[in-house]
Amino acid sequence: MSKSLQAQHHDLADKTTQLKILSNGIFGEGKLPTFKKKLEPLQEFPLKPTSIEIFQVNVGYMCNQVCKHCHVDAGPDRKEIMTRETMEQCLDVLRNTKIHTLDLTGGAPEMNPDFRWFVEEANKAGVEEIIVRSNLTIILANPKYHDLPEFFKKNKVRVVSSLPFYQADKTDRQRGDGVFDKSIKALQMLNEVGYGREGSGLFLDLVYNPSGAFLPGDQMALERDFKKELKEHFDIEFNSLFTITNIPISRFLEFLIRTENYEDYMESLVNAFNPAAVSGVMCRNTISIDYDGYMFDCDFNQMLGLKLDKSAGQHIKDFDLQKLENRDIIINQHCFGCTAGAGSSCQGTVA
Amino acid sequence: MSNTYYDPADLKKFGDIADFEPELAKKFFDYYGDVFAEGELTVREKSLIALAVSHAIQCPYCIDAYTSDALQKGTTEKQMMEAVHVAAAIRGGASLVHGVQMMNKAKKLSM
Repeated sequence: MSKSLQAQHHDLADKTTQLKILSNGIFGEGKLPTFKKKLEPLQEFPLKPTSIEIFQVNVGYMCNQVCKHCHVDAGPDRKEIMTRETMEQCLDVLRNTKIHTLDLTGGAPEMNPDFRWFVEEANKAGVEEIIVRSNLTIILANPKYHDLPEFFKKNKVRVVSSLPFYQADKTDRQRGDGVFDKSIKALQMLNEVGYGREGSGLFLDLVYNPSGAFLPGDQMALERDFKKELKEHFDIEFNSLFTITNIPISRFLEFLIRTENYEDYMESLVNAFNPAAVSGVMCRNTISIDYDGYMFDCDFNQMLGLKLDKSAGQHIKDFDLQKLENRDIIINQHCFGCTAGAGSSCQGTVA
Repeated sequence: MSNTYYDPADLKKFGDIADFEPELAKKFFDYYGDVFAEGELTVREKSLIALAVSHAIQCPYCIDAYTSDALQKGTTEKQMMEAVHVAAAIRGGASLVHGVQMMNKAKKLSM
């Protein structure tokens, strides 16, 4: 795959088509309970936020990779990008609230021409923690990105990087030919400036997501394997491994349907529903912002076009902490991805 | 009632064996859970043993279940196929080692 679903004019590039699939079929017919049905007996419907601690800003859908499971449908052909003006609006919120984490995602967030400016300004605004979700290969994609490890270090950015496996085969099948070798090189560059090294204060975390229609295994066991293998073969060190469940939207949904895995996968998510994971889902403490400044309960809802409940205000310019913390979180069946097994969030398991 | 002996959907109904005899089913599933818990062997090693045994006993339900389980536990496809070869080697060896019995008998009977 070298093009986004959008560039292919694929049916599933359409958000309403995805929502119809998630709402109808096995869920519409009652073969499987809806997410709402699972929350009700727990007295968790409507799902409510706790307090907003994380600002997850999607600075654009452009990416140098076209990963098969991408929930953003990102790629080189995606041109949606956040302007400096919208970033200013985000910074205003960060200055005036106690939100402690700015979590930058994309696409490849580093491809936004104002990415570095935004990071520097966020530091000036006094944000406690800045996270960048880096695909790693961007560091090697163009000479202008080669100094990113130094830039991250200078700005004390926490780097969270996707690496679905510690071997080339599974990684490249999901993320594209040659991605593994480049990712390894980029990780070594990050280690060289101190990232992931004990006592450096520079954090480098890896994200594991299954390379197919199955749930992630035990986070600690996988972290142990990744640490051992990466150290032994490539002398790479990192801090934590986060296991993330593939959410059945966008390209991963397309994969599930094309390979006739959709119903079994949804059933495995529903069967693995863990009430204990509900209290830790990330939509309870996170606000997701898209390139246009609209706010969502999470990055997945953003990709499905499920804007925040109207009464909470839908755009960053209308940011009102109290209203946001009292809103009802918008749910659908893709939410089963975050409550399966040990749960799943951008920081890994939650239960 | 299905008109074939194996139906993939039956795997999900495994727990239903308790409907006819709950106490023994409970004992079995509790035991099953304990067997597959992390011990001196890791859960991944146990999953690979289960995958190999599934092939030795040619249980389609088990093959489906432990292919998914092994992938979930971060096993590579090569490791999984090596496990299947272990099963095949033992099965092949089990036939061949009886060749000694055949030889013994043949030698005894022959002039």
